[in-house]
Amino acid sequence: MIKDQDYLKKIADICLSKSKKLGSTDASILVQSSVSENINVRNKKLDGSERSENLGVVLTTYLGKKKSSIASSNLKESNLNELVDRCIETMKITPEDEYNSLPDKDLHFSGLKDLDLYDETHLSNEDKINYIKEAEDEAFSNNKIVNTNGSGFGENKSNFLLANSNGFSDGYKTSQFTAYCEVVSKSNGSMERDYEYTSKRFYNDILKPKELGSIAADHAVKKLNPKKIKSEKISLIFDKRISKNFLSIFASAISSSAIAKGTTFLKDKLNQKVFNTEININDRGDIKKANGSRYFDSEGIGIINLDLIKNGILQDYLIDTYNGKKINRKSNGRASGTTNLYFENGSKTFSELIKSEKKLLYIKETIGHGTNIINGDYSVGASGIMIENGEFSYSVSEITIAGNLNNIFQNITLADDLEFNYSTNSPTMHVEGMIVGGK
Amino acid sequence: MTSLLKNSELSIEKADKIVSETLNSCDDGELYVEDTKSETIVLDDNKIKSSNYTSDLGYGFRAVTGDTVAYSHSNEISEKSLKNSSDNLKSTLKNNSGTYNSEIKKTNQKLYKDIDPIESKSMKSKIELLNNMNEYARSKDSSVKQVTASLLAEKKNIEIIRSGGELLSDNRPLVRINMSVMVEKNGRKETGVYGIGGRQDYDEYLKNDNWKKVCDEAFRIANTNIESKPSPAGEMKVVLGPGWPAILIHEAVGHGLEGDFNRKKTSAFHDLVGKKVASKGVTIIDDGTIDNRRGSLNIDDEGTPTERTVLIEDGILKNFMQDRLNARLMNTKSTGNGRRESYKHVVMPRMRNTIMLGGTNTQEEMIKSVDKGIFAVSFGGGQVDITSGKFVFNCTEAYEIINGIVGAPIKGATLIGDGPSSLKEILMVGNDMMLDPGIGTCGKAGQGVPVGVGQPSLLINNMTVGGTQL
Repeated sequence: MIKDQDYLKKIADICLSKSKKLGSTDASILVQSSVSENINVRNKKLDGSERSENLGVVLTTYLGKKKSSIASSNLKESNLNELVDRCIETMKITPEDEYNSLPDKDLHFSGLKDLDLYDETHLSNEDKINYIKEAEDEAFSNNKIVNTNGSGFGENKSNFLLANSNGFSDGYKTSQFTAYCEVVSKSNGSMERDYEYTSKRFYNDILKPKELGSIAADHAVKKLNPKKIKSEKISLIFDKRISKNFLSIFASAISSSAIAKGTTFLKDKLNQKVFNTEININDRGDIKKANGSRYFDSEGIGIINLDLIKNGILQDYLIDTYNGKKINRKSNGRASGTTNLYFENGSKTFSELIKSEKKLLYIKETIGHGTNIINGDYSVGASGIMIENGEFSYSVSEITIAGNLNNIFQNITLADDLEFNYSTNSPTMHVEGMIVGGK
Repeated sequence: MTSLLKNSELSIEKADKIVSETLNSCDDGELYVEDTKSETIVLDDNKIKSSNYTSDLGYGFRAVTGDTVAYSHSNEISEKSLKNSSDNLKSTLKNNSGTYNSEIKKTNQKLYKDIDPIESKSMKSKIELLNNMNEYARSKDSSVKQVTASLLAEKKNIEIIRSGGELLSDNRPLVRINMSVMVEKNGRKETGVYGIGGRQDYDEYLKNDNWKKVCDEAFRIANTNIESKPSPAGEMKVVLGPGWPAILIHEAVGHGLEGDFNRKKTSAFHDLVGKKVASKGVTIIDDGTIDNRRGSLNIDDEGTPTERTVLIEDGILKNFMQDRLNARLMNTKSTGNGRRESYKHVVMPRMRNTIMLGGTNTQEEMIKSVDKGIFAVSFGGGQVDITSGKFVFNCTEAYEIINGIVGAPIKGATLIGDGPSSLKEILMVGNDMMLDPGIGTCGKAGQGVPVGVGQPSLLINNMTVGGTQL
């Protein structure tokens, strides 16, 4: 069972009052409790079960402009006392940093909590096993699926309390239901794996097991018998599960920490055209039941909606209190990063997009960590499917795709097939003229 | 005798009783208790940005029968909590019954000292060190615009209680010193990253002003990259430098030789034991027994003593890396590769220090033999698709080779290859085997564990380079 707010508050009070007693001028604390249950199935047989109960506390103390933090999973009072002592001792000898402070009181969240982020549905292990077996059954109904890497179902419930010495104290429960199916296809000596994944706050919103299994199987079969293509300059279509990665890259490039330090290719680009004029990017924390929705960030600051890109122009950064002070801006509630970040739909249909050029490479998977936020260089391994005259023809693997994000962002065209499946979402994406490294 | 349960509400007798009673009818399993203290201090943008101290205590209770694993973990250490876990394990395995294998090898192996690296250096001197690193790096050149330096130290004490009351323990220190330098010149920005570490006190790594070398190296890489030109795209010959570039070995074959993927037959290597998978002269080992190395362990996280496991010998695939579960199901013995990130994670076969042994060629003759190719000296991360065998890794320092001569530095590019075939493309193995500086973390199924790599210089006939110049 997850702990209730009263329990979390008791722990918070112990730490806050102890740190005040020991001389800290300010303090903030996060107390969390979560329970998750996961079931894994492989080849339609139970492979494992996992149950985890987690408790944790993170305390930050301030002495004027000095700061230090401790974290612990051991919530016994004697241990907490010891850790607060240590935190205060360290704080005293840590040098001052003029930007250290608790968040602006006026920006603290206050208001209704009506976003529906908690589903109390509890599935028994039997129900979880049945769901995921049904998904694997469906995947195996495809005769090219010969094996599975394992499929799983997870249920997570958590509760937290965030409090600080400026009077903020609030928290709430969230839930997450997650299922994945990862299968192996085989044909003519070629072996490939692929997956499908679904994760929602409400059990009723996740994919039905048959859908999950059949999509995973379809992905894995389409990858079979890949060819390696010649190096060339070619336009790419990014499948939705990859195109959303460009939003994550964009988000890290406009974080106030990177902006303040100058370690991003988007520094000094505010009010400038970063994407082409048809592109709009929003970050909304108030979508009901959505994975990325939240009432306040990890500092207690209320979430406001941000239009980050409007007609291609950069409108805002993602700002927390500390880095906001460095760049002379108020926090906009993004100390925990983005909420529900998405590209607005483009004007073309998926079918128009894949017919827009005679030859296009459809990217379904990228591997590697080849993104350099500092200068925008991008180079990753990839696999996908060649599109010729608007038709998917053969699968392609062992290639690289490369370019610079400054150019890539300017050359994006989007389809109109946006769905809110994750916390970061993009429609299918066309990027003109990237370099493919192959034979 | 147990130290980790000492101050808890759970007595060792009670724990023993619940463990034995739960695991009696299972094939294997254990109660794993872990007490980890860690400290991270970061200097960023001229300021001590954060000092965090973490104290984590918890248990993971595992029962295994056949190929089904039931796992329950918690950081509430009490009889009630452990009983709940026990009920949970029993309910998962209610339709299975096994015979407990109580056999486990013993060791007196002591590969590192039982020290607390956090307490071995005062907070004051740690802050002073970071400030010195910052000032020294910035004083190297006016083009240095940003410096991030960090110190990480950890003391992880583990105890494994098996059915029948057997208790195994290990105390593991770990430190890491990291430096990142950003250089800006003529409108271009590049970074260089370098670090050192292992299972000794900070001072062992800081001897002889060694921290200056860390700063020098980070600056050198950044400064080299500022002059870099776009990388070529396409297939070409690649010369790899010694040491850290062995993450190629880790990605190309290491993961594919982990027991779980081979037991499940999802690895591209599962049916290749006894077959030729690499060029003659290529021998690859996974060694958990090198003193003080980041990937070394006295015992693995199931209690099995680590060993030096030969994976590939003179080109022939010899062994997979095994934990107890996969070893039992494949009728072999654990090689001491059963590892987990923490008590919150299930055990899997994982690498320790994965090393290609030295050969006879010199780096000079490798470079001389290349008409057109690249010379890759340092790398960022890598990744592999176990099933298709395709792997990538990202160059952070590389040069073009034209007509046998090393030329201009080239921009960071991704290299992609095919695991089972790329080792057969090795044309020369160098005589300059070197271990990495002690900074590697390997990720698998969401779990990160410290690892090491090592290799000599290598000449590879053919890899695809992910550049932008056609």
